[in-house]
Amino acid sequence: MTTRRLATPAKHLGLVLIGFVMLYPVLWMVASSLRPGDEIFRSPGLILDGLRTENYTEGWNALTPSFGTYLLNSAILVLGCIVGNLVSCSMAAYAFARLHFTGKRWWFGIMLGTIMLPIHVIIVPQYVLFSNIGWVNTFLPLIVPKILATDAFFVFLMVQFIRGLPRELDEAARIDGCGHPRIFLQIILPLMTPALATTTIFTFIWTWNDFFSQLIYLTDPDMYTVPVALRSFVDSTVATSWGSQFAMSVVSLLPIFLAFLVGQRFLVKGIATTGGK
Amino acid sequence: MSALDELRQLRRGGVQVRKSDNKAAFWFLAPWFAGLLLVTIGPVIASFALGFTKYNLIQPPRFIGFDNFARILSDSRLHNALRVTFTYVLVSVPLQLACALGVALLLNRGLRGLAFYRSAFYLPSLLGSSVAIAVLWTQVFGTDGLVNRVLGFFGVEGRGWISDPDTALSTLIVLNVWTFGSPMIIFLAGLRQIPEVYYEAAAIDGASRWSRFLRITLPLLSPILFFNLVLQIIHAFQSFTQAFVVSGGTGGPSDSTMFYTLYLYQQGFSRFDMGYASALAWFLLLIVAAFTAINFWAARYWVFYDD
Repeated sequence: MTTRRLATPAKHLGLVLIGFVMLYPVLWMVASSLRPGDEIFRSPGLILDGLRTENYTEGWNALTPSFGTYLLNSAILVLGCIVGNLVSCSMAAYAFARLHFTGKRWWFGIMLGTIMLPIHVIIVPQYVLFSNIGWVNTFLPLIVPKILATDAFFVFLMVQFIRGLPRELDEAARIDGCGHPRIFLQIILPLMTPALATTTIFTFIWTWNDFFSQLIYLTDPDMYTVPVALRSFVDSTVATSWGSQFAMSVVSLLPIFLAFLVGQRFLVKGIATTGGK
Repeated sequence: MSALDELRQLRRGGVQVRKSDNKAAFWFLAPWFAGLLLVTIGPVIASFALGFTKYNLIQPPRFIGFDNFARILSDSRLHNALRVTFTYVLVSVPLQLACALGVALLLNRGLRGLAFYRSAFYLPSLLGSSVAIAVLWTQVFGTDGLVNRVLGFFGVEGRGWISDPDTALSTLIVLNVWTFGSPMIIFLAGLRQIPEVYYEAAAIDGASRWSRFLRITLPLLSPILFFNLVLQIIHAFQSFTQAFVVSGGTGGPSDSTMFYTLYLYQQGFSRFDMGYASALAWFLLLIVAAFTAINFWAARYWVFYDD
């Protein structure tokens, strides 16, 4: 049994070590963003002599408009996507989970299939469509698809959740004369807040991080979101100013980190039940 | 139950139809139907049509027959992009899943501090696709980067990992492996479903740790492994941001990080050759579909379903 007693501390040691190595680059980036620029190449450690914030002020104002604009743009975009996903996906999910309509298996199969459809396959004609109606350099090409329930992953997540709710509740409401809109709004929706929370947090993180579609649709600096601005900043600076690049990278990751702290319970549950993306 | 299990089940049971539900279903699904038409399936069909044209967004599309598809066969930069993408997918996904499964096994069965470890290992999968992490990677694997600092400390001479065509792709593979947290959580959830009594019975029969893993854990986890494999392969085919940022949008050095998606982006959105980009998009769909189909076919030989 001695091996067993040794096994657990060894396991902990191993796990801590793996975790440390994995997170070290990120921690080092945070530390380096608070150092004078020339020191970044010399210090592979984490200990700081003092907090130097000039990287942040320099990075913040490096592009016109300043980084505040990009944060605001990303925030508007994220908010639009969250609202779009919550409304449209919950409606579609109610239909798939509770209604027995003609061809349901078909449509449900198509919905599941679209979860696996790469965006790159549809981006060209989508761009042609949106540029013809003058939506390039607006947030519409990024938000409208969410209002149209195209994030099928969330539809599926909510279908799973609604299936777990007792059907007796709907039946009772139906006997009392409730139609589907009322059953959905007054019974199902209040009960599915955990699924809505998961959707909110995932939409927040994925939209905040998403680069490909934002790069394509947002080409005017005034409309840049954080990832697009960060990339353009990196492209425009010479390799020596890592300090301000790191500082703005940290700024761009901070909201994700906060969302993770607030919502990790929902994130873990969401992935565990539906299998993530 | 995962989306894949759902698809498997669909083939089986019939669902009763309540005619009176049709009207309500239409309204509840109206946004989704519109999305299907305008944003997902519609564009898939449209990109097939555009694939037969020459189109630069300014002049109207001009029908050119199979020229774009013939070009796919002869475009040597594209063939290189395919090679890079396949290497990336076929190396990084198995490594990533091996890490995910390994750590999940370590974390399983009531280890203290499980929640903390799980969060720590999961965090990189949330950060991994961001531009910020790509910027970090550019520094860490650069000539003066963190990796070479650490190697120098041990007296090993490093190199410019990202500027060297032989190693640039490896740094992106490392990045994908780094995000093993999300499949790890799926494995953990799967491991929890395996009844403890199986292990107890095996222990009574004197089964070794290894044979318990091989005969109980692996077969019962195989549907989850399959699910992770399918999803992570599709996911890896779509990698774009990291290669784009690390190479400054070029796919360099010497096309060594030219992912298929990056090549498609360059054709469509730098050169505005929308016809060829559409053909490329369709070709990508075929490739991903073929990989998924092969996966499903192979699953019959190694995935074990308890039901």
